[in-house]
Amino acid sequence: MRLPPVPGEWLDRSVDVSFSFEGKTYRGHAGDTISSALLAADAGILGRSFKYHRPRSVLSMANHDVNAVCQWGDRPNVRADVTRLQAGMDLAAVNTFGGLKSDKASVLGSLSRFLPVGFYYKSFHTKRLFPMWERLFRTLTGLGKVSFNTPHIRTAKRYGFCDVLVIGAGPSGLAAALAAAEQGAEVVVVDENARAGGSGGYVRGGFGPQAEQLADDPLTRVLAHPGVRLMTETYAAGYYADHWVALVGGDVLTKMRTKSVVVASGAYEQPAVFRNNDLPGIMLASAAQRLIYRYAVRPMQQAVVLTANQDGYRAALDLAAHGVEIVAVLDLRLSSTASEPELAVKARGIPVLPGHHIVEALPGANGKSVVGAIVAGRGKMRTLACDGILMSIGWAPAANLLYQAGTRMRYEQSLEQFVPDTLPPGVFACGRVNGVHTLSARRLDGQRAGSAAAAHAGFGDARVITVPAEMECPTHPWPIVAHPKGKNFVDFDEDLQLKDFENAVQEGFDNIELLKRFSTVGMGPSQGKHSNMNALRILARLTGREPQQVGTTTARPFFHPVPMSLLGGRGFSPERRTPLHARHEALGAQWMMASVWQRPEHYRLTDKDRQQCIREEAMAVRQNVGLIDVGTLGKLEVIGPQAAELLERVYISKYANLKVGMTRYAVMCDESGVVIDDGVVGRLAEDHFYFTTTTSGAATIYRELSRLNTMWRLDCGIVNHTGAFAAVNLAGPKSRALLSRLTSLDLSATAFPYLALREGVVAGIPARLMRVGFVGEWGYEIHVPANQGATLWDALMAAGKAFALRPFGVEAQRLLRLEKGHIIIGQDTDGLTNPFDVGLEWALKMDKPFFVGQRSLHVIGRQPRKQKLVGFVLDAQFNGSAPQECHLVIDCGEIAGRVTSIAWSPTLGCHIGLAFVRPELAETGTAIAIRLTDRSTVSATVARTPFYDPDNLKQKEPA
Amino acid sequence: MPWRLLRFATTKKHPEPRMFTEHAELKPSYDVVIIGGGGHGLAAAYYLGRDHGITNVAVLEKGYIGGGNTGRNTTIIRSNYLTPEGVKFYDESVNLWQDLSQEFDLNLFYANRGHFTLAHTDSALRTMRWRAEVNKHYGVDSEVVGPDFVKRAAPMINLSCGHAPILGALYHAPGSIARHDAVAWGYGRGADMRGAEIHQQTEVLGIDVRGGKVCGVQTSRGYIATDKVLCAVAGFTPRILDMVDIKTPITIHPLQAMVSEPLKPWLDPILVSGSLHIYVSQSARGELVMGASLDPYELHSTRSTLDFVEGLSAHMLDMFPFLSHVKVMRQWAGMADMTPDFAPIMGKTPIEGFYLDAGWGTWGFKATPVCGKTMAHTIATDTPHPLINGFSLDRFRNYSLTGEKGAASVGH
Repeated sequence: MRLPPVPGEWLDRSVDVSFSFEGKTYRGHAGDTISSALLAADAGILGRSFKYHRPRSVLSMANHDVNAVCQWGDRPNVRADVTRLQAGMDLAAVNTFGGLKSDKASVLGSLSRFLPVGFYYKSFHTKRLFPMWERLFRTLTGLGKVSFNTPHIRTAKRYGFCDVLVIGAGPSGLAAALAAAEQGAEVVVVDENARAGGSGGYVRGGFGPQAEQLADDPLTRVLAHPGVRLMTETYAAGYYADHWVALVGGDVLTKMRTKSVVVASGAYEQPAVFRNNDLPGIMLASAAQRLIYRYAVRPMQQAVVLTANQDGYRAALDLAAHGVEIVAVLDLRLSSTASEPELAVKARGIPVLPGHHIVEALPGANGKSVVGAIVAGRGKMRTLACDGILMSIGWAPAANLLYQAGTRMRYEQSLEQFVPDTLPPGVFACGRVNGVHTLSARRLDGQRAGSAAAAHAGFGDARVITVPAEMECPTHPWPIVAHPKGKNFVDFDEDLQLKDFENAVQEGFDNIELLKRFSTVGMGPSQGKHSNMNALRILARLTGREPQQVGTTTARPFFHPVPMSLLGGRGFSPERRTPLHARHEALGAQWMMASVWQRPEHYRLTDKDRQQCIREEAMAVRQNVGLIDVGTLGKLEVIGPQAAELLERVYISKYANLKVGMTRYAVMCDESGVVIDDGVVGRLAEDHFYFTTTTSGAATIYRELSRLNTMWRLDCGIVNHTGAFAAVNLAGPKSRALLSRLTSLDLSATAFPYLALREGVVAGIPARLMRVGFVGEWGYEIHVPANQGATLWDALMAAGKAFALRPFGVEAQRLLRLEKGHIIIGQDTDGLTNPFDVGLEWALKMDKPFFVGQRSLHVIGRQPRKQKLVGFVLDAQFNGSAPQECHLVIDCGEIAGRVTSIAWSPTLGCHIGLAFVRPELAETGTAIAIRLTDRSTVSATVARTPFYDPDNLKQKEPA
Repeated sequence: MPWRLLRFATTKKHPEPRMFTEHAELKPSYDVVIIGGGGHGLAAAYYLGRDHGITNVAVLEKGYIGGGNTGRNTTIIRSNYLTPEGVKFYDESVNLWQDLSQEFDLNLFYANRGHFTLAHTDSALRTMRWRAEVNKHYGVDSEVVGPDFVKRAAPMINLSCGHAPILGALYHAPGSIARHDAVAWGYGRGADMRGAEIHQQTEVLGIDVRGGKVCGVQTSRGYIATDKVLCAVAGFTPRILDMVDIKTPITIHPLQAMVSEPLKPWLDPILVSGSLHIYVSQSARGELVMGASLDPYELHSTRSTLDFVEGLSAHMLDMFPFLSHVKVMRQWAGMADMTPDFAPIMGKTPIEGFYLDAGWGTWGFKATPVCGKTMAHTIATDTPHPLINGFSLDRFRNYSLTGEKGAASVGH
């Protein structure tokens, strides 16, 4: 029921908000949460429990009411207790069968005797029937539904920096923020609630804000301080190494780097365990106080308050002040502490029953409400009529972030609570999470922590502030009442009852981690916020140990679940384009991904299919001249007196003796002698090399060379020019004639021989040119600064018209190099291929003093070969379905190798390929059998490579 | 309802006995001491008893059983490996998995879902054809399928996956998931019933080796004599091997995972994408269980990173854009003991009586049954089981590696 305006309420009563829940329309106010609006409208129960589908309502109003979870359109698992009401929301409870009111699955509650803890491990597992049971379980399991129509939501992420990050803007957090700011630190305070103030706003003891708070409101002072930034509706989702904290709020992820952290996250009020403690109307005292002071909702008419501390009495006063009849305050403690709130309760004539507990709550119709409580104490049992029960028996620290930061916690007997024992450097704790509960003491504790955090960040000195010890224990060590009929819930996420724990321990799950895994306590969406502490107490008692000995389970991120859209951010998956991208696009490129690069696979022609295009491109190179963008190759430079030494050590060939102005093929191995990369090394000067790597290897090779260079401390430096240069390969019998129109360089075979490297001007652009033969024709690789790449391309294309120049793509290049018998690292090699396997012995200079992989290759070289890469051809008349790459070579029924490359060669007029085969099959002319996917075999003949121009005549000046 | 559940309702006291006997003291000696109470160690104890009648066995566990990588993995079971050694080995494991629930009389939730390894590049597609061909050769159900087939099995998938369109997939029908913790409990209970002792919270401090032979083990609860020790400690392998001065090329890398809030089931198959660094399945609880590739650096720690959840979420949304509102509930990490060739190290060592079951990197869970069986054989007969010949420690000295990188790197 909605109360008249309550001072400090978070509602804007001038704004009505209309929404629907379970098909019925309701009205709330701006500032309401879903739960508060539904309670204000007396809408009945809010949800069903996960296992037994019992009716549930508010428990905490603090972001762990996991039984009041809604489906909001395409959003699953929307938490009603904390989600702001928005106009037009169309809500329904999750995981019901036939609606919330008459959920058919509630029959499971009556079967609960058959379904004790871990029941699903004990049955349903015959091999034949399990799939059927699994289908049934999959119908019952899960909460909200995903909608496949939900769009991909991309959000920006923010990076934040501060000196001191304070997590929690309650009394201690605000005091910490102010203290740190006053010492000169730049402070950020985050709080998950819509407004700051924490329990200071809703624990009032009946009379508006507490007097001391009004006198010196820290919130006002914090907001006024220029050094403090307050972020509300923002939670610290996880703490990561080096004070890197994920903040989630305002639909954005902020990655905050801070110099020190103050954790002032407070404590979770804990439920008492008694039969039917889950009935709607039974809630934590703090939940009722939040409902009153934040949302002006009276949660009940007649309340029984179960307590074991002052907080319960304050709550009784808060309720009484707003028209709730307090039937009685039951105090688990045997004697009165004569605290101020207790005296005030008694002064109001409210019955106080020390040494009393609740045995059982009495359900109303269909278990959808509470109508009374059977209470016991001093040897007597009695029934109290009520429509609500408040539980205020103690607290568990909200220490998740402290655990994540590596804090060692200890169980403080005098508080019956875990408190930080050893905090990591730069991490501070204050307030309830630190075991300080009295309001005035929390403020002092906050000042102490804030000052120390500022000092850690380099601002002022840590002030010595003594925080007075607690006068009473705020938490009861055993708020748990057994009942022969059970339904005394410990975990509301998972519907775990007291006896489930007893049974689990009986079965040997008597370690807190094993207990969690077997019973699933704490594994639900609230991650044990209201259940872990009671579970631990139960386990301690069942095994005769102290809570300290039992210990806690590991707290991992996240504090509250985080939407994937915020974590994924904008979904930045970079893709690289060469400077010639637009030129390829204009020419009709069919794109393909080559590691992170977009490359033209071939150029589309309207009247030709893919194969025809590729073959024509290849033939253009063979007959006239072709042009391919090779700007994706890794392009590195090494400069310095020991530049040659570095290359000697990382490549298997020799480079110290490479003449200036020449290039040499370069193969790199890893330490185990496996071929990992190749390229071309060119020498520009004695101390200056320019070299290429494979497209996919560029980044890793640069990284690895940098690592080795750092380790070896050679006198040379490595520069990665991969993105700084554009590069093309101009290849074909007419390439020289074409190029001569654009450069004054002497292109004669004597002045610019095969494998030479020259620097010159092409089309007015300073360029590096290499005479390479990857595709098997006379050709030049031309490298120019990236910003001039397009100019070069245009000039070549224009000059090429007279020579029937055609651009060619990756597929044509693959075909051309295959005809020439050149291997592609990664396609014709795998994770175990050594230079001997692929016929690279000629490049291997074992007489060098050292290179990476040499030691391994010495050993491997002495061993018999296991496989050999050979060329093969199919019969020219073959017209069946051809083998594909990675089809197996089969010999005598066993695997004897595999095809690594295959294509139909327009030049040779048959299928050619490369294959790994066992050495005994490697002889030229041997017939090998290749097995296709459909199990049929194709016969092939081992052939010598290169298939095309075996004597390399194409690189020589025609006689 | 199965009749067996009736007894829960008809007995006054919970009718289930302890799964694992408590042992107050360690015995002075055992025939075999197993270091590590994870799935592998407990399975070895189980098969030592079941197949070889060796029951005077102690399993020593520093923490709690199944608390290491057994309880941290993403529970995928498959046998579509790349090398003949790997395919035969994991195929035997999958065979053993089929009957495990009935054999244990414990429901492991072994759920056959089908397993897709998605190819986004032509080179990935090539490797998959290779795997499929090798798999079929050894009778393992595995085939390369096109994007249409993937779309039929998972109609909600975004085939364009952001910038990395799905070109095809390796489909492995037997791919399954199981309830990982229960596997450790099943083997633990089975070993316990056969007489093996499980000692939790018992740390190994030293291994007594004399004259090249194992003589005993020093533990945090005292010395025990034994002449056979099995080391099955995954991420802690280097620390144990330091005690006996055995060198391996194992490096430890963190492997992280995360889980969403429970959702009504919508995803049946197991999906893996190397290019997007994703593997995902939906558990019996309705949670999406998600993993990615290894952290690139060596680290002996189980700490989580923000980077990981950011990257994995971004890639998940590339594949399933509609998960925008779905929340990640928890993340965690394990320590993966990686080998250079992505195959395990199993069998005998230069020290007599010291057996090694390590190098399980990111592929250990699925191998639990076959590891237990073959290591039990190896210990009982002091001869490596034929199925593990390709995995001996010697292979690094002899350069006869078993290259599983193409099948193990992201696929796990």
